[in-house]
Amino acid sequence: MNPPLKRLLTKLGPFLGLILVVALFSLPAEMREVFPTYGNFRFIFIQTVIVAVSALGMTLIIVSGGIDLSVGSSIALTSVVGASLIQRGWGPAGVLLVCVLSGGIVGLVNGVAIAGLRVIPFIITLGTLGIARGSAKRLAGNQTVNYDRSAGINTWMNTPTFSIAGDGPAWMPDFLVRFLQFVGSLPVGVWIAVVLAVMTSLLLRRTVFGRHVFALGSNETTARLCGIPTTRLKVMIYALAGGFFGIAGLLQLSRLGQGDPTAAVGLELDIIAAVIIGGASLSGGVGTILGSIIGALIMAVLRNGSQQMGWGTELQEIIIGVVIIVAVFLDRLRQGKANS
Amino acid sequence: MTQHSDRITPALRLSGIQKSFGATRALKSVSLEIAPGEIHALIGENGAGKSTLMKILSGAHTADAGTMALGEQPYLPTDPNDARRKGVAMIYQELNLALHLTAQENILLGAESAHLGWIDRRAARERAQAALAQLGHETLDLDRRAGEFTIAEQQIIEIARALLMQPKVLIMDEPTSSLTQADTEKLFATILRLRDRGVSVIYISHFLEECRRLCDRYTVLKDGETVGTGVMKDATLDQIVTLMTGREVKDLYPRTRREPGAVVLEVKTVASPPRLKRASLTLRAGEIFGLAGLIGAGRTDLLRAVFALDKLTAGEVCLVGAPAGKAQPRTRWRQGLGFLSENRKEEGLMLNQSIADNLTLTKMETFGRLGWISASRQHGVAQRWVETLRVKCRDATQLISQLSGGNQQKVALARLLEHPSRLFLLDEPTRGIDVGSKAQIYELIGELAASGKAVVLVSSYLPELLGLCDTIGVMTRGELTAVRPRAEWTEAEIMRVATGST
Repeated sequence: MNPPLKRLLTKLGPFLGLILVVALFSLPAEMREVFPTYGNFRFIFIQTVIVAVSALGMTLIIVSGGIDLSVGSSIALTSVVGASLIQRGWGPAGVLLVCVLSGGIVGLVNGVAIAGLRVIPFIITLGTLGIARGSAKRLAGNQTVNYDRSAGINTWMNTPTFSIAGDGPAWMPDFLVRFLQFVGSLPVGVWIAVVLAVMTSLLLRRTVFGRHVFALGSNETTARLCGIPTTRLKVMIYALAGGFFGIAGLLQLSRLGQGDPTAAVGLELDIIAAVIIGGASLSGGVGTILGSIIGALIMAVLRNGSQQMGWGTELQEIIIGVVIIVAVFLDRLRQGKANS
Repeated sequence: MTQHSDRITPALRLSGIQKSFGATRALKSVSLEIAPGEIHALIGENGAGKSTLMKILSGAHTADAGTMALGEQPYLPTDPNDARRKGVAMIYQELNLALHLTAQENILLGAESAHLGWIDRRAARERAQAALAQLGHETLDLDRRAGEFTIAEQQIIEIARALLMQPKVLIMDEPTSSLTQADTEKLFATILRLRDRGVSVIYISHFLEECRRLCDRYTVLKDGETVGTGVMKDATLDQIVTLMTGREVKDLYPRTRREPGAVVLEVKTVASPPRLKRASLTLRAGEIFGLAGLIGAGRTDLLRAVFALDKLTAGEVCLVGAPAGKAQPRTRWRQGLGFLSENRKEEGLMLNQSIADNLTLTKMETFGRLGWISASRQHGVAQRWVETLRVKCRDATQLISQLSGGNQQKVALARLLEHPSRLFLLDEPTRGIDVGSKAQIYELIGELAASGKAVVLVSSYLPELLGLCDTIGVMTRGELTAVRPRAEWTEAEIMRVATGST
């Protein structure tokens, strides 16, 4: 195979995977009416958003050769923080800021502990997983934090962005109207995820910071030798990723309509799986934002499709477990071929 | 040739450098003077203090006493990056590349062209190209990932990175230790080019012949002190070796008395893709068989195939006449084979385990009773080898990572010797170790053959092959093409066959 074609296939890998799972779920006769519909796709997008936004931060961390297990707890904590603020009458801008900051602070603690104590990320974030979850429960007094759901933030994950009256303007072809109706039906949260994804992708690919993230994950010794401030860089990566988790927490809050300290338990595994399915390497130095987003979509399609098929959560878990292993195995084959 | 006189300000001058770590005095008194635009060999056995000195020069350590000057200015680097900015760059023996990043990204790593954090791709490309042009390697593909290049090309990328900061002094630590002869020649041309542009090069190598060919002057370190310095062409190799070791080394390659015995290994047209295409050889007891060839020619692959580490797709391996059959390394150990990996740190040894555990790994079962390991017996065996091979260490419980390269290699060899093996497959057994340890390993190999064992020796260092072996085979592009008695080979002839030039 010639190199450009190989590179293209490597890039398309996760995308082909996404098309495959969508196609498989669309095949059964009983699914045709329910699965491949605008309404269901809208639902899948909304389901993807929280994992996708978290996966952005997680991609930074995994590319740098790290891992963060505290994401789920971090999301719960920030959603409780956000809910408490709304309860007190804060506006959306203030809530957003504080959510990003509190996620960032959890990340900062992770980063400082990892870089400062020189303990591997797995252990540190396993610790903060408990700490953040406990703090969330304490802050919420071991119950959900409810607030007036008419608050602005609640529209972010539930209310359509815009709608087109009737069949749209007469000059507009039918398919375009339907497409715009679909686009409009997506809530603001989806657009937040899209904008953040584009920004993070640029950050990783076009800035010195991004280049250093790859260098750190590829070979830390080399990075340090080349004068890259690796300690500071690690703290920055975890803190920045924490900010993403804070936004994810806010979206979680918006979706549930309450701050739930027991939400997002085990979500870290979905997020890490999304990044890995998207082609990132757990040993660092490899990964793309687009890949991680597609990985998040694959996870959402698998869950949604399984539900529609009437498979229980136990079956979903087994399927997702198998998919993770298969995805990483296929990736290893692809890498192996690319290297020989 | 460089003129050296007192009137020229040296590019780099060190005097009375001292450094202690706890109670150990690593450097007692080191003086070193490097003229502008000269290639200066820094020679010394492992443990003589070269690496400590280099760490002080590159800013990783600070000297306890003594002065350093770079040109007219006092030179006191605070860290490696500061040293780089001040004009002292270092190329380490182990290459330092981010293998997932492209050549260009590696060259500019830590010194990216950017505006407000955004990478300026055009400026980056120009600077990377300029650095490569200085080296005469304009054709290197800047967009390929570093991991896809050969070792020699990776080294060029690293030198280009060093040049980015316009260094006055470039320190190269064992740059040829993993290069083939042909690549070494190319590297020398590059180094000479740099010298002609006024860069001073400090060249550290265990290959004295190389130093002699390449360098203008030399300085010899022994036990943390400068014991001699002078113009290279006025010194003989024997003089330098005497300075290094403090004793005369007469015969580096001992010829032991050997009687070729029965055939112990027959390799019949084996292949093991992707690298090993076709190889046949016959080895008798008491014979040392040398395998020469360029890196990537399939020498290591042949050893791995014989030792059942890689699968054969054709041919067969016969041990003492009978087909050895499909097997695993475990079977091979039982059949009396021993394998020494060229990759001491990654494959050969468990760095964070003790000497005793490393030494007895292949026959751990024999030290146990009902699965419990007898530590005292294990240590007894290890301690015996430590004494026999004069491994410099505290005792057999010391971790491998705390030993020097030469001593690590002795432990790796001891593991083979402890096993009742008849056939030894040694892949680059003396790479990167000092002359003293080398001499000892040569002696050992000689003794093995004299006692009726058979040895296959892979080496990129031709004097070693010609000095030790009875038969030498040369591999080219995965094929073992020419096998002849040692007397029919010369260095030039081996290179001619290895490079496929006729």
